[in-house]
Amino acid sequence: MKYEAVIGLEIHSELKTKTKIFCGCATTFGAEQNTHVCPVCLGLPGVLPVINKRVVEFAIRAGLALNCTINKFSKFDRKNYYYPDLPKNFQTSQYDLPIAEKGYVDIDVDGQKKRIRITRIHMEEDAGKLVHSGNTIKDSATSNVDYNRTGVPLIEIVSEPDMATPQEARVYMEKVKSILEYIDVSNCRMEEGNLRADLNVSLRPVGTTALGTKAEMKNINSFKAVEDALAYEIQRQQEVLEDGGHLVQETRTWDPDKGITLSMRTKEAAHDYRYMPEPDLVPIVTTDEEIAAYRKALPELPDARRQRLETEDGLSSYDAGIITGSRELAEYFDAAIVDGADAKLTANWMMGDLAKNLNAEGKTIQDSPVDAKRLGQMIMLISKGTISSKIAKKVFVEMWTSPDAPEKIVKDKGLVQITDTKAIEGIVDAVIAANPKPVADYKGGNTKAIGALVGQVMKQSKGKANPGVVNQLLKAKLDT
Amino acid sequence: MRLFDKPAHVLHDMLVNKEITATELTKDVIARIDEVEGDVMAYLTQTREAALAQAAAVDEKIAGGKVISFLEGIPGAVKDNICTKGIKTTCASKILENFVPPYDATVIEKINAAKPVILGKTNMDEFAMGGSTENSAYHLTHNPWNTDCVPGGSSGGSAAAVAAGTAIWAIGSDTGGSIRQPASFCGVVGMKPTYGRVSRYGLVAFASSLDQIGPLARDVTDCANILNIIAGHDAQDSTSIDASVPDYTKALVADIKGLKIGLPREYFVKGMDADVEKAVRTAVKQMESLGAEIVEISLPHTEYAISTYYLIAPAEAATNLERYDGVSYGERVDGADIVEMMTNTRSRKFGKEVKRRIMIGNYALSAGYYDAYYLKSLRVRTLIKQDFDKAFEKVDAIVAPTAPTPAFKIGEMVSDPLKMYLQDVCTVPLNLAGLPGISLPCGFSNKHMPIGLQIIGKPLGEETILRAAYTYEQSQGFYKEMAELGGKKA
Ligand SMILES: [Zn+2]
Repeated sequence: MKYEAVIGLEIHSELKTKTKIFCGCATTFGAEQNTHVCPVCLGLPGVLPVINKRVVEFAIRAGLALNCTINKFSKFDRKNYYYPDLPKNFQTSQYDLPIAEKGYVDIDVDGQKKRIRITRIHMEEDAGKLVHSGNTIKDSATSNVDYNRTGVPLIEIVSEPDMATPQEARVYMEKVKSILEYIDVSNCRMEEGNLRADLNVSLRPVGTTALGTKAEMKNINSFKAVEDALAYEIQRQQEVLEDGGHLVQETRTWDPDKGITLSMRTKEAAHDYRYMPEPDLVPIVTTDEEIAAYRKALPELPDARRQRLETEDGLSSYDAGIITGSRELAEYFDAAIVDGADAKLTANWMMGDLAKNLNAEGKTIQDSPVDAKRLGQMIMLISKGTISSKIAKKVFVEMWTSPDAPEKIVKDKGLVQITDTKAIEGIVDAVIAANPKPVADYKGGNTKAIGALVGQVMKQSKGKANPGVVNQLLKAKLDT
Repeated sequence: MRLFDKPAHVLHDMLVNKEITATELTKDVIARIDEVEGDVMAYLTQTREAALAQAAAVDEKIAGGKVISFLEGIPGAVKDNICTKGIKTTCASKILENFVPPYDATVIEKINAAKPVILGKTNMDEFAMGGSTENSAYHLTHNPWNTDCVPGGSSGGSAAAVAAGTAIWAIGSDTGGSIRQPASFCGVVGMKPTYGRVSRYGLVAFASSLDQIGPLARDVTDCANILNIIAGHDAQDSTSIDASVPDYTKALVADIKGLKIGLPREYFVKGMDADVEKAVRTAVKQMESLGAEIVEISLPHTEYAISTYYLIAPAEAATNLERYDGVSYGERVDGADIVEMMTNTRSRKFGKEVKRRIMIGNYALSAGYYDAYYLKSLRVRTLIKQDFDKAFEKVDAIVAPTAPTPAFKIGEMVSDPLKMYLQDVCTVPLNLAGLPGISLPCGFSNKHMPIGLQIIGKPLGEETILRAAYTYEQSQGFYKEMAELGGKKA
């Protein structure tokens, strides 16, 4: 029997508010342990939460950017479970009236478009961080709790089980990340745990619609792990089914070092969270006017930007997709072309030499030694004919280590293209004289033979001759 | 001259007129504590040194010719479930035996700004769960009118201290009657304001949607004055009401002519003590003779109030009390692993009644039971609220007994929690509906135990019930009588 995978994601994203969700403590990552704490986020007896209005604003923005309906009446609930990193032993979250519902994200996998539906987005508080003397709480003599992260605001974005492959899941998560970055509500630094996902996956025979028994993998915090964990789990489930075994609903952990998933707990041992309305907070009421204002204030989103790059800047769908894949790339691109640099050429350079250099040094576009302005200037030098594309590669290498403007580099290094016909003519004549065979071939009808002659002229001019002019001159002289 | 037997407003005038000093007053109340605290046992923690220092500071201010505010220099006490920075706050529970809050409750900040003398923290039922103070993990508190009897609860320590003269005033909290019922049992005045009128920030939560802080005092005048100090919106309590605070002393007018007062037939329940019924009905007649119009009303869902309350309150309590796990504060009982540590801590450090309510609450919230219990109780709560809304279309205030009986004997009800819960029948509906209520003395039983009259108001109707209470109070003398304490009468 052939099986197909059914995948759904719960993405947790920390919001980049300055202060925590229910108190005034800073959300800064990496501070000394237990320095960003107060009675409220420590859950001391008698304290009460007060909602940070920015959190609601950010969640609504995320809801709108992910095409959701905003619930005009939304409330918080208590999700009860005991864990030492949770000071109140309940997490203040949202249960039956989340801030946003019924949205979607369109993804593009190998040129195929697919719509992934979003069930809901809700706000909640993050838990603290356990620091064990051993590896886990079970094998540690002592464990300490760092409450700095306690109360950092999160949104949880729950998708419908609309994905069928690990690749789709990855692309979906990348797209959500990119949207959250575009609307500036999350730093999405996966290495800091800003963005993490719980993966739900089950198999069913191809052609059937009923859902199979699912497994959940929690707290996956890299795109690679999303793909790897799902691929492993799909394979594992398939083997169980093919062997005639049956699956149990369970939570599994992904071990990235061993590349396997392991059972954590089965459904029978699953929590009853005993949700109840949070009596210490009042419901969140949002008016149509407020929602309209939030919608109006949204920046251009990736899909719209991609469309614009295709229609206005003439980029291919593929190129536009890559450039708009992250807010930083898209902003770099816009900054590079703002003074008139050719869009297509800019895209090529960004995806070519720039990407190659960044990758080689493990840098992100934000840390690029060649900023958008200088890249744009360099591209304009190419378009003006001041330098050839070949020379540009040399200029780019210089720019990588020098803060100078490309124009200055070209001048200082004497890389200006020779467009002066007289200067080139001498070289052309010498090359024609010295290469009788290609000349004869060309004259005999093999027009391709001119390539070898152009190459020679370029070589002798140390690459500075304008290839267009060289071509013209050669043709003029040989055709007569 | 003994001073501990006088209400705060009288003592305030004496301080202003320099007839006494705050230090004399404080020493007199401390002497009274030395005299009778062994019989009453109202306090869990005493802060005598700080109290005398506070008194000395007020005396200096008076000597410097400065104006003092109402509570300034007047000794009072605070229920031990309200956080006081640097002063142990145990909630009468072993689990917080050594807990010293690093912050003050908003109500304490407000009170401290008024510069009173704080004598200490008063006993209560553990986490405010109970109606007799017998659930304190530390010791019993005795009713000053008869030390074989309970003071009521859960603010039993606060009520007993005010009744015994070991505090001039006190702060309590009321989740289902915890200010009004002990006030009734101890013959003092106790007021539960409208839900949200006083900030709950720093009140250790029992049932968040029902808890409310309020004053206990010798008379209605003191109550109004203390409410002036503690009422008001607090940005740290999202459920506090953002409405301006009137000067409640302006309501202290002895005039209820034309006031429409409702008498709910459901509050005169079967099994109600005959003395209580007689005293309350007499008080109603008295109010009528003072010009009030008495209207018989019906609050038809009253009979469901107790069961509704005993689902909602434990459900909220179950989650509110989850934080006591031995991890970062409070007491810890070690175990082989984290689960065992938490289990040991909670099993051994919570008392029986607290554990009972946690179990009821968790049961009501469990998957499969939520709709049948918790959700249903929320719906009934709405019906109870609507009963009052309808009644208040016809009347300005409602009068009823505070408790169905006078104070009962210590130990009489401990083995019958259900009977104990029924004690709350006249008080819990107000908490469910968020309404203000005041209990004030309206007579004595044949065994000379105090009986309380409850006056219930509309949301933010504190002024109306203060006026009605003041008018009734001034028309008779019950409030003037203080408890005889084994011959140690004032
Ligand atoms: Zn904090």
